[in-house]
Amino acid sequence: MTTTPARPLREGRPPTVRPGPASGRPAPPGRSVRRAIPLVPAVVLLLLFMLGPVLWSVWGSFTNAALSGRAASEPRFVGLDNYVALLGDPDFPNAVWLTVVFLLVSAVIGQNFLGLGLALLTATAPKIVRSVVATTVVTAWVLPEIVAAFACYAFFSSDGTLNALTGFVGLEPVEWLFAYPLAAVILANIWRGTAFSMMIYEAALNDVAPEITEAAVIDGAGGWKRLIFVTIPMIRNSISTNLMLITLQTLSVFTLIFVMTSGGPNQRSSTLPLFAYAEAFGLGKIGYGTAIATVMLLIGAVFSFLYIRVLKPGDAT
Amino acid sequence: MRRSTLWAVPTIPLLILGATGCAPEGSGGGDSAGDESITVAYQTTATYTQVDSLMKQAKEDFEAANPDVTVELEPIQAEENDYATKLALMQRSPDTAPDVFYEDSFRVRPDAEAGYLLALDEYLAEWEDWDTGFIDSAKQAGLGSDGQTYAVPMGTDTRALWYNKVVFEQAGLPVPWEPKDWQDILDAAAKVKAAIPDAIPFNIYSGTGMGEAASMQGFEMLLYGTEDTLYDTDQGKWIVGSQGFKDSLQFVSDVYVGGLGPDVATALDSNYYQQLNGEGYPTNKVGASIDGSWIAGSWLEDGPAPWPEWSDVMGVAPMPTQDGQEPGATSMSGGWTLAVGSGSANPDAAFDFISTALNKDNSLSYNVNASQVPVRSDVAEDPAFTESSPVSGFFSDLVEVTHYRPTTSDYAEISGNIQQAMEAVMTGEQSVDEAAAAYDEAVTSLVGEDNVSRG
Repeated sequence: MTTTPARPLREGRPPTVRPGPASGRPAPPGRSVRRAIPLVPAVVLLLLFMLGPVLWSVWGSFTNAALSGRAASEPRFVGLDNYVALLGDPDFPNAVWLTVVFLLVSAVIGQNFLGLGLALLTATAPKIVRSVVATTVVTAWVLPEIVAAFACYAFFSSDGTLNALTGFVGLEPVEWLFAYPLAAVILANIWRGTAFSMMIYEAALNDVAPEITEAAVIDGAGGWKRLIFVTIPMIRNSISTNLMLITLQTLSVFTLIFVMTSGGPNQRSSTLPLFAYAEAFGLGKIGYGTAIATVMLLIGAVFSFLYIRVLKPGDAT
Repeated sequence: MRRSTLWAVPTIPLLILGATGCAPEGSGGGDSAGDESITVAYQTTATYTQVDSLMKQAKEDFEAANPDVTVELEPIQAEENDYATKLALMQRSPDTAPDVFYEDSFRVRPDAEAGYLLALDEYLAEWEDWDTGFIDSAKQAGLGSDGQTYAVPMGTDTRALWYNKVVFEQAGLPVPWEPKDWQDILDAAAKVKAAIPDAIPFNIYSGTGMGEAASMQGFEMLLYGTEDTLYDTDQGKWIVGSQGFKDSLQFVSDVYVGGLGPDVATALDSNYYQQLNGEGYPTNKVGASIDGSWIAGSWLEDGPAPWPEWSDVMGVAPMPTQDGQEPGATSMSGGWTLAVGSGSANPDAAFDFISTALNKDNSLSYNVNASQVPVRSDVAEDPAFTESSPVSGFFSDLVEVTHYRPTTSDYAEISGNIQQAMEAVMTGEQSVDEAAAAYDEAVTSLVGEDNVSRG
């Protein structure tokens, strides 16, 4: 990793102790408070727009709030009724299962490995190749989500691009969005999200000191060995950060699936966000929908916790 | 440099928030200065622009009569389900609640209970047309469960079989077509399928993507032609486990799994409705279909998908009962209304706008353009209406055999459960018995064991 720049001395005040590691020196009182001031707006925003909705969602999940009818004007506190109903709802395990498959296949396996692969391959490629690949991959990422979703819908729909392509080689058209809805949205999410992982890994690979790689070459390590024993341990922090970010992003993917399949047919691509939407806004059960949203929050928290514990970002390498 | 960028990061979103947060668009809230304004929210789609035309005309008339009030139109581009969701979300906050809105009659009761709607009785008492013009039975559409009137009906509708004479002649079927029971429909569909393989032999809307169209044009047109219904009005109980419910699902299954309908993927696409109306019928790709009286509206000369030959090509027939039992035919009626938001800062102007939008002239042109069955007797008798369309008399007469949806506030959600049962059956994921059992369970858990009766 890069070396820490020398700590600048404060003007007109010779150090009384030798500047050692930062943690070993007690900070002058008041300094950390002053240093925290610039964070205040961000913290206020977080409290207002993150914690606020979270608390509201938790509270809403204990009520029978509805979009219309008497429960809309006078929602009642119903305790854990929504959660009990959720556990008995056959659609819930279905949605959890689809979410897990969608998450693992499209983010953890698809985006993550494809992104790493592309970053490794283009790292040593000629500049022209690198910029062509980067432009192609990043285009999907730059598109607004709704545009990307329509592009995917047009690609997979019955008279779409994919069927036109397979038609050239004489294959029968397939109703992709109907026959393989989950696979279609997984491919779409990989297509859309890979650029993010690729960019994170490109930046991380730039930080791997060439001397170390060279030393490994001199010691006789081949490509795979260098990747597994040198590169990956050195970018472990980035892997963990990337996994956490794409996991949370993928957990909340809604527009892409909603436009392509609306969670159908017959709930076969209804991940938790789609399930929550259908219950809250399709059937008007706001309380029940927020209970599902709260469960999603918990799942996200569990994944974040796992990544932090297992991959230990922040451990200096 | 470093320090100033750190500051910029949190302040940029603050600025954006400041800019957008201060400018709620066209709010229905009170206006501080001079001119008053009211907002009007309604639905519009690529093939359904008639309400848009009505509102534009009403705005012009209203502003001419009330120069100090501005009408802000807020068309919402969405299909039926999404429109209802968006409207409900707007109504939840006084800042976004429109003053006047276009509301499906079956949502009037739950929305009145939710406190979204203003009771209109005192305004209606002073509106002469309400007594002299509107048909009494049609006024039911605007009633809340407390007996007050919350909405003014714009028109009603009926549903029946539409069939394509060109397709039928190619398939060797008789024209005019007069099916006597459900089996006649399936037989005709089988003949169309054999004669013209690339046409949709018979269409019945089904599945969650079609929303209320699946429940009403689809399922209820079947169920109310059996011995059973959804709801026992006398006892105030929902009916579960009825034979009619299963038979209706079986019919859906016969059409879709039996290959007599559109292919399932097409039928579940939320654009299916538009496709059918704009392309399917006019290009002779559909044999027969259960659809509403209003669909001809989009084919009129100044409609969104003009099709001058439609009256020669498309025929209509009443939807038969299951086995042809009395009264031989069935239909379902709904209709849309205009209502005033309970939080409106200017309810007088809002009601005045409704009375302008639904005066005789505007009602007449809306009922003609949207192929509605009028709710004003003066419109129904006007030659400009009776001569407007060759099918207007047919659909008006169906009022004799028609049914209305249960007017309880649970209906909207139960309708969603019906659509799920249909989707499970049409995709073959569940058998008829399994889907019916799932429906029974969902309804029972929604309304409680005390409010259901076993059919």
